[in-house]
Amino acid sequence: MATDLAPPPVKAAKVAGHKPDRARTLWRYRWLYLLLIPGLAYFIVFKYVPMRGLQIAFQDFVPFLGYNGSEWVGFKHFVDLFTGPDFGRLMYNTLYLAFLNVIFVFPAPIIVALMLNELRINILKRSVQSLIYIPHFLSWTIVASLTYILFSVDYGVLAGWVHEILGGQKIDYVAQPDWFRPIIILQTLWKTTGWTTIIYLAALAGVNHELYEAARMDGAGRWRQLWHVTLPAIRPTIVVMAILMSGNLLDMSFEQIWLMTNNLNRATADVFDTFVFYVGINQGAFSYATAVGLFKGVVGVLLIFGSNWLAKRLGQRGLF
Amino acid sequence: MSVNQYRSVGSRIFDAINIAVLVGLGMITLLPLLYVLAGSFASESEISSRTFFLWPEKFVTSTYEYIFATDVFIRALLTTIGVTLVGTVIQVALTLTMAYPLAKRYLPGRTLVLNLVIFTVVFSGGIIPTYLVVRDLGMLNSYWALILPLAINPFYLIIVKSFFQELPEALEEAARIDGATEMGVFFKIVLPLSKPIIATFSLFYAVGIWNDYMSPLLYIDDSSKWTLQVLVRQLTGADAQNALSALETVFFPTQGLKFAVVVIATLPILCFYPFLQKHFVKGVLIGSVKE
Repeated sequence: MATDLAPPPVKAAKVAGHKPDRARTLWRYRWLYLLLIPGLAYFIVFKYVPMRGLQIAFQDFVPFLGYNGSEWVGFKHFVDLFTGPDFGRLMYNTLYLAFLNVIFVFPAPIIVALMLNELRINILKRSVQSLIYIPHFLSWTIVASLTYILFSVDYGVLAGWVHEILGGQKIDYVAQPDWFRPIIILQTLWKTTGWTTIIYLAALAGVNHELYEAARMDGAGRWRQLWHVTLPAIRPTIVVMAILMSGNLLDMSFEQIWLMTNNLNRATADVFDTFVFYVGINQGAFSYATAVGLFKGVVGVLLIFGSNWLAKRLGQRGLF
Repeated sequence: MSVNQYRSVGSRIFDAINIAVLVGLGMITLLPLLYVLAGSFASESEISSRTFFLWPEKFVTSTYEYIFATDVFIRALLTTIGVTLVGTVIQVALTLTMAYPLAKRYLPGRTLVLNLVIFTVVFSGGIIPTYLVVRDLGMLNSYWALILPLAINPFYLIIVKSFFQELPEALEEAARIDGATEMGVFFKIVLPLSKPIIATFSLFYAVGIWNDYMSPLLYIDDSSKWTLQVLVRQLTGADAQNALSALETVFFPTQGLKFAVVVIATLPILCFYPFLQKHFVKGVLIGSVKE
């Protein structure tokens, strides 16, 4: 009944034709279109104009000469990237972290949500939930600072305690390349797990209770109910979250990684996003950095469409 | 509902372990924050010897007194508050005005605009091209660079649009019959009905700007325009000593300072947290419902 809700219709057109029709539509909804303009302007200026700027990945961009004056060099920067010494290291570091994310970060909220779901002391359930949501609202700078305060050798409490209790060498965890990945994963777990449980808890709240009744009648214990009722019920949610995650597979959280990177752990720390910033902004290699960013962006799009296609092939509802 | 299944030994052990693990998770979340809070009130000697844990033996406020007597800190705090307030108003205004027309199913061109918005979630120009646009607009070292490039969060936009679609349409229709203009309907009917969601997303946007570190890192070189997050980073990072050489005359990076500045940057978030919590579950849930 959408048309009923529209503003009062104007008189029918006297002259048929495409153009006047369009003009009339514009005039009829002029206030709505007017409201739309500022937001649309935002998306054009800050999202679509930068897409035009991607062309500098195929140029030797000189800011002074601009987009039109700079020389076109084709795929030179991509060739440099793929054959250069950075690519292997960036790909390895990025994929390694992505892999650790899939193994540890992705299942964590599912497990916590299932555990919370089994908790029948309501006040305890709500207290734990309130606590584990908090880190989501703290900035990565705060999380990084907490990490430095807890882990660094100078004033880190954990480093100090571990040294006092276990003895041995005092380890400067935040400066060790080997400790970079564990620290990043711990940070991500701490900051994101609680928040993501909300989505799974919502899915769990929607499970039909008669299914549990039926399972119990059939003699299913708590484990079997979990396996045969609860998990299948939240499977669509898990699939959607997996698709969303796959698109972001190469998108390590820039702020997080950047904040934890220092000259000592750069070998394991550099990922595509921080590399783009480092090479582009700090060293001024705009074109090369843009080529790196474009490569990452295209792979991300392919991943999200690919996993969506896969999800549908496997009989699940995809995102689109 | 049958309770028998919970009486078996295995079931009880499961419950006990479950409770222990979940309480443990809650503690792990809370302890670092409490530790930093305690540390910010501890004396320098207690921090270096780490004799305090959740309560300092000697309770001192000298670190805070020192911080609040420092221009650099006050300026960063005021900058952050100002940018957060102005930015949130702009973000909420732009989100609401864009979401309203997009909620009108009969509006020609609506699908096109929605697709344009969603496409930016999947694909973007990336860091460098966006940086060049901001630079070409002359916004480097301007507070606008912290606000305008983030003016609309597409996810929030879609959620607000869904919310507007759920509003009872009869109300708007009645107002139109009474002679209200489209603008009148939006300002007098729709916005007053949307107070809860406006509150929710105001808080979300405010937290986003308050916490933003990437924008100042990209767009602000001038240390007199630093925000609180940049200052936190400069004071507590691994390279704090080097980064601070420029500021050495005003700041002596004592350990207590690191604790206190983290507390101050976190406190507003924690103060607003109860209000956030009231709304966010609903916000997330509306967002996760597919159209």
